Amino acid sequence: MIAYVTRRLIHTVFVVLAISIVIFFSIRLTGDPVTVMFSAGEPTKEAIADLTAKLGLDKPIWVQYGIFLKGLFTLDFGESFRSGAPVTALIFERLWATLALALGGIVVAVAIAFPVGIISAVKRGTPVDFFGRIFSLIGISFPNFWLGIMLILIFAVTLQWLPASGFDGFSSLILPSITLGMILSGILARLVRSSMLEVLNQQYIATAKSKGISDWAVIIKHAFRNALLPTVTFLGLQFGSLLGGTVIVEQVFAWPGIGRLIIDAINQRDYPVIQGGVIFLAIIMVVVNLIVDLSYSLIDPRIKVGRGGR
Amino acid sequence: MVNVQLKESKGKNKKTKLQLLGRFIKKNPAGFVGILLVLLSVGSALFAQWIVPFDPSKASLAARLTPPSWANPTGESTFFLGTDQLGRDLLSRIIYGAKISLMVGFFGVLISLIIGTVLGLISGYFGKWMDDFIMRFADIQLAFPFILFAIVVMSVLGTGIWKIIIILGLTYWVGFARLIRGQVISLKEQEYIHAAKAIGGTTFTIIRKHILPNVLSSILVLGTMYIAEFILLEASLTFLGLGVDPTIPSWGGMLADSRNYITTAWWTAVFPGVAIMLTVLGFNLLGDWLRDRFDPNMKL
Repeated sequence: MIAYVTRRLIHTVFVVLAISIVIFFSIRLTGDPVTVMFSAGEPTKEAIADLTAKLGLDKPIWVQYGIFLKGLFTLDFGESFRSGAPVTALIFERLWATLALALGGIVVAVAIAFPVGIISAVKRGTPVDFFGRIFSLIGISFPNFWLGIMLILIFAVTLQWLPASGFDGFSSLILPSITLGMILSGILARLVRSSMLEVLNQQYIATAKSKGISDWAVIIKHAFRNALLPTVTFLGLQFGSLLGGTVIVEQVFAWPGIGRLIIDAINQRDYPVIQGGVIFLAIIMVVVNLIVDLSYSLIDPRIKVGRGGR
Repeated sequence: MVNVQLKESKGKNKKTKLQLLGRFIKKNPAGFVGILLVLLSVGSALFAQWIVPFDPSKASLAARLTPPSWANPTGESTFFLGTDQLGRDLLSRIIYGAKISLMVGFFGVLISLIIGTVLGLISGYFGKWMDDFIMRFADIQLAFPFILFAIVVMSVLGTGIWKIIIILGLTYWVGFARLIRGQVISLKEQEYIHAAKAIGGTTFTIIRKHILPNVLSSILVLGTMYIAEFILLEASLTFLGLGVDPTIPSWGGMLADSRNYITTAWWTAVFPGVAIMLTVLGFNLLGDWLRDRFDPNMKL
């Protein structure tokens, strides 16, 4: 077990390093930010050199990467080119909004997918199952930002029940959470259905039923609890793509999270903020994956430890 | 006698073609809907310039934000789905938008399919370091959602359809490689492969004649599903302003424009999204049907 944990930890560090290399060098492939920042007017050569030196862009690229890497481990991503504020502070300012959104998305996904998946599995082959499957297929077939626009159109513009954008209490969290959670609920409902079907075919379900326990008690107490493990793992592993999804949803709802911070930074060519924001999201994902992986093998000792165990 | 019988059976065959179609629809209603939707979008993309009612880039300030003709009984709108903020016909722009989405889908999948198939065959057949390399790459890809990677790269490269296609192709090959690697590993131990080796077949011949034909159906299924996914990813990136050039009519770009007119012009926000949904749904249904037909046990 200790060997496994060590290997997973080394592996995690390796992945973070690989991501940092990809982000750092792909950002520096083109354009130097100084010329973009002087987009208005003709800057003097001295002014350009001055700014370049001030931003540390005159150093060799390997030195710049070294500084970046050192910052990675001390959570210091430098300062914004634009405002001069420390990037870490900018990120933590926005972190709560993004985490609230991601959590809301998971709650919505679970609230929809569990009932739909369970009922689909229990009523297998009936019209109910058919509609459940159609629902999950449609769920993965539209872009989530369009769902967001449609929700704004219906609930904010036409009915005026909920705010269309911004970050103002619980009511403003509802529409973005539905938008983010909907796609996940489609995939999750499929998974709940198939793992429920697998469990429902087991002998102990037949035994429980033969003892005279009511159908729904069997389904919830015996079947669902056993079908829960793969779905919880899946949810943990999907946390990453959920964070990726927040970037788009935040743009639709003008949600003041990290995603919007990154997109705004892109429009201003604010490299340290883009770099810091993306790598920060990546680190959260990798760490969540690690925790899920480790706790999974703790909860269920049958899981093969090591390669191919996933 | 023989001749007559032959003629009769030929006639029968002709009759049964329609019946066969009927039986197919009855057995696979979802697959049939999928095929229809795919044909609709592919047809729009291929024949866009001949079927559009208006020039998709012709702006007309007098006609800006005109509602759809059927939703506007009092006015004299000739635009079936209305117009956008510059007075361009929405239906024509949606038909042209199919070109962008399908180009990204087809060419993106083609690139990732070729790279992934070659590397998957190599890693499955030969194993060793190639195998390690691909599995490591897959780990990174799993840990880092594509959309974040694409945001970083596109923010540097700037917008452009071929840039998206290449980025998608260069990141999504991992899916094909993993799928094919797994199949090749189990195929490799089949009797007939050993037999082919025993009679002196070269590695290249064995892969080309005995292994590749056996993995083609899985490639087809995954390819179809990836087309759907690529169309969604392109639309998302374009919506963020990091995809296709905003001057080209694309579904994601139209939705990005609609964001500012949502309170006054609902049609600009609704119809491009419907186009995306129907197309993606079509490819997903087609992929599901192909999977059930070729390989129901395939884990996708």
